[in-house]
Amino acid sequence: MSLSVNIEKQLGDFRLHVSFETFGGLLSLLGPSGSGKSLTLRCIAGLLRPDRGRIVLNGRVLYDSAAGIDLPPQKRRVGYLFQSYALIPHLTVLENVELGCHAAPRRGRQALALEQLRRFRLEALADCRPATLSGGEQQRAALARTLAAEPEALLLDEPFSALDEHLKWELELELARTLEGYGGDVLLVSHNRGEVCRLAKSVCVLTQGCSEPVQSVKGLMTAPGTLGAARISGCENLSPAAVQPDGSLLCTAWGWRLPPLPCPEGLSHVGLRAAGLRLGPGPVSLPCTVERVIDNVFSEIVLLRTPGPGLLRMECDKNTPLPTVGVSVTVHAAPEDFLLLTNTEGPL
Amino acid sequence: MDLFPLWNSLRIAFLSAVLVFFLGVAAAYYASRAPRLVKGGLDVVLTLPLVLPPTVVGYLLILLLGPNRVLGSFALREFGLKLLMQWWSAVFAVSVVIFPLMYRTARGAFEAFDEDLAAVGRTLGLSNAYIFWRIRLPACRQGILAGVVLAFARALGEYGATSMIVGFIPGKTATVATQVAFLWQNQGNTDAGRRALLFWICINVAISAIVLITVNLLERRRRVES
Repeated sequence: MSLSVNIEKQLGDFRLHVSFETFGGLLSLLGPSGSGKSLTLRCIAGLLRPDRGRIVLNGRVLYDSAAGIDLPPQKRRVGYLFQSYALIPHLTVLENVELGCHAAPRRGRQALALEQLRRFRLEALADCRPATLSGGEQQRAALARTLAAEPEALLLDEPFSALDEHLKWELELELARTLEGYGGDVLLVSHNRGEVCRLAKSVCVLTQGCSEPVQSVKGLMTAPGTLGAARISGCENLSPAAVQPDGSLLCTAWGWRLPPLPCPEGLSHVGLRAAGLRLGPGPVSLPCTVERVIDNVFSEIVLLRTPGPGLLRMECDKNTPLPTVGVSVTVHAAPEDFLLLTNTEGPL
Repeated sequence: MDLFPLWNSLRIAFLSAVLVFFLGVAAAYYASRAPRLVKGGLDVVLTLPLVLPPTVVGYLLILLLGPNRVLGSFALREFGLKLLMQWWSAVFAVSVVIFPLMYRTARGAFEAFDEDLAAVGRTLGLSNAYIFWRIRLPACRQGILAGVVLAFARALGEYGATSMIVGFIPGKTATVATQVAFLWQNQGNTDAGRRALLFWICINVAISAIVLITVNLLERRRRVES
């Protein structure tokens, strides 16, 4: 199983340039909204034509601008689960799933569709219209329909965004189970790092239409290499930074001078997770004043006014004694907690 | 009472509605997917008959279909067919007048259509024709049906263009609308004439009311479904 994508497309001012390769299993496309994730899926499915590039699925060329190949969506065998599920409103659940069995002879379709409904525990809803189904049932029906067509690759476009928070967890487990039985490549588009952490092993970060090399999800969370990756991985504190002549690293937003660190070529920013900051003096420390203290669900967030123009966000346990607003404090962090980032996009 | 005008009106309205259904849906589908500039131009041209006086439409049709004109002379020469003053000539006039109603309601329905539904059909391997007839058209059916009913109702009441193209020949080209005009002009001051007028007016009002109730029901169902 393999899917290789390398495409470019210009849409007004927006430029999409995505390149990745996956060999079976689930790859996540992670990026903020407007980063071109859905556009990428549309190009792979054949619903949108790139300007240039090449898309190859299991050795079959789906699109190749140089060779003049552009298969219509009907011939690509790529399943697409839409964000809104796109169930046909005037057809019953059974009829919707029958649409996915279109390659089979006319007489066998209904039996196939019924079998598929049983597999997805939807047989009781066979004669219902989609509008009467719950969000989770709609997702199951759409997935049943998509997989009934036996696609070689499966594209999932923000599959949980249309659901209530408490439903997401259960559906995530269910989707994970379904996907274990599916042999083809799966692309999961998401802007939620939690979802990606739980469902995917590898991830391709998209920032403003540009893709980064595929990396492991673990690698992204512990060492995001770029500003975009750090931001989408949930890093709370980001500052422009520059190496000084004496080898130290100056974070300009915080006025924080760090000791020499193994900086990558083209370093532009430093990131620091809120949980990496601690109260008290240490080898790498900074004097601040407490600006605000905010109650979070399971923690306290302390906003710190730094010597620089920016603020720092620190996350503390509920049961630690907290400083009061206006007090001067010293905070520190371990040198290895600073994320050293390059910038692939415009200014912060 | 001779009911020929009612029968004639109904068959003209029916034929025109069928014709305009296909033409209007095709034009609306094309316009809803055209680039903005083309769409703007199409909109003006295709909606023009709605705002032009029907007599102007009638006169333009005479310029086209008259025995000495382009289409009229062609039909006469090739098929020995006179295109004016037949009962079915009214279908030309009525179709042009009601076309914008069908076109605009259908275009509204097509523009409200969720394109993801068509896209999902394509990724499932369904042909474009299948998607049009089995997914797009049924999903838009309430809007399109409302257009057909409105167009049919307007067709029943068409007077200006019809009277110019087919005149008024009792038992041959008379319609409800031209019958009313004829009665008012010729027998409007006799009791029998007034009774006949009242009869035709009641028929007109009844048919129009039925049509408008149908349109309302369709609108309500569309709202319930969406």
